[in-house]
Amino acid sequence: MSPVMYNLLNVVLILVCVVFGAALLTWLERRLLGIWQDRYGPNRVGPFGTLQIVADMIKLLMKQDWVPPFADRLIFIVAPAFAMFVVVAAFAVIPMAPGVGVVDLNIGLLFFLAMTSLGVYAVMFGAYASDNKYAMLGGLRAAAQMVSYEVFMGLSLMGVVMLAGTFNLRELVLAQADGWFIGPQIVGFFIFFMAGIAESHRTPFDLPEAEHELTAGFHTEYSGMKFAMFFIGEYVSVLMSAAMITVLFFGGWLGPAWFPPLGWFLLKTMALVLLMILIRGSLPRPRYDQLMSFGWKFMLPLALVNLLITGALILI
Amino acid sequence: MKQKTGLGQYIYIVWDYFYSNIVTLVKVASHTFTKADTVEYPEQMPYLAPRFRGRIVLTRDPTGEERCVACNLCASACPTDCISLQKTEDESGRWSAEYFRINFSRCVFCGMCEEACPTYAIQLTQDFELAEYERQNMVYEKQHLLIDGPGKHPDYNFYELSGKAVSGRAKGAGTQEAEPVNLKSLLP
Ligand code: SF4
Ligand code: SF4
Repeated sequence: MSPVMYNLLNVVLILVCVVFGAALLTWLERRLLGIWQDRYGPNRVGPFGTLQIVADMIKLLMKQDWVPPFADRLIFIVAPAFAMFVVVAAFAVIPMAPGVGVVDLNIGLLFFLAMTSLGVYAVMFGAYASDNKYAMLGGLRAAAQMVSYEVFMGLSLMGVVMLAGTFNLRELVLAQADGWFIGPQIVGFFIFFMAGIAESHRTPFDLPEAEHELTAGFHTEYSGMKFAMFFIGEYVSVLMSAAMITVLFFGGWLGPAWFPPLGWFLLKTMALVLLMILIRGSLPRPRYDQLMSFGWKFMLPLALVNLLITGALILI
Repeated sequence: MKQKTGLGQYIYIVWDYFYSNIVTLVKVASHTFTKADTVEYPEQMPYLAPRFRGRIVLTRDPTGEERCVACNLCASACPTDCISLQKTEDESGRWSAEYFRINFSRCVFCGMCEEACPTYAIQLTQDFELAEYERQNMVYEKQHLLIDGPGKHPDYNFYELSGKAVSGRAKGAGTQEAEPVNLKSLLP
């Protein structure tokens, strides 16, 4: 197979798997939340309810694709596509196994951080274009939350970068051959995990779309496939956070040889996704000011101290 | 607990948040192994209490006659005004409903009609599967409501104890009635 064909296959397969995996995740999450709340979740359509995704898809496609007359039409339409694009683009740099991965950038980690920070624009565009007070409040919260979380999200990763001495994600994985970074960088892992949840705005950091107070936050006015884009985008970004944590802290595809590297990668990612769903199923949403003070007064100093200690230990 | 200040309080608050959140996580995760409370309804019937209030029926007395005497008490007790009926009287002097109509799309299954009924005619049953495709089908007429048996209170027969004369039986001749008292007599 020619290299071009191989790359093309890589790209298409990863794209399809990511989007399909995110769709499957909507089902998995509902089943798991059901189990943890002592009920079953969707179990009627297809085996174990897996075809529920298809049913949801048909429902969303059939819905009226409504653009409110008071909305800013162009931005309103672009925002969901942008939300989807940004997370899928960030997926491009994640190395899944030797030979599996879209691109191998020297600045892979920076590209990832840049793409995730762009994600907030999708939310703000959607919120601004909706011209709706709930969307407005959701957008405000999203912006403030993203600004504060972006800072220590980047800082938490610097420890890993210092240990490996590279921004290239593939080399970062290989640097963990004799010990995952979760050991020396447990604090960094904790901070990045929190930031990852905040990044995909999921409970307990789902203030931008808090259903109970803001109907649906920034996507209140969205329906049909546009809503689905935001929705699937959220799940893709859950997958992305989990995959990124796997790459940075759990040694990516590394593992005993009795299991294929890609299998190890998926296994670790899945475990992290389960943990995220468990967190969603159990923790309450903090008040807005509590969230901000948690970010600025606790997480940021913690990230800085972590950075300082890591640097000091490397120098010694 | 003693109120700490400064850094001590800061650390305490942080610890408290994390500890309680981790306890929550573990407790929720432990529900993986508990059984779901769900009753998967169409395949598995839920438990219905003996006094469950479902579809309304009109019962008959032990002799097979309609119990309802069209007194309208149920209709006036009904909070949603969903019962309507018309009284008629046959040659024997028995009262009965000419038509008896319950609009189940309005009924709230409160059971007030059953409590108001002096003859135990109207009764609520265990059946709750009342879904219809046509709204008009939710209106039940007398032939839909009337059942063949006595339902609850199988031995009760209004005309045997009410003291009302119907043809073939004089006042006070019922099995559970006493002879009428002669008000004008001075004898004890
Ligand atoms: S159950 Fe209540 S609402 Fe229904 S017919 Fe009887 S009195 Fe009316
Ligand atoms: S059902 Fe009972 S309360 Fe209603 S009219 Fe008949 S006898 Fe009276």
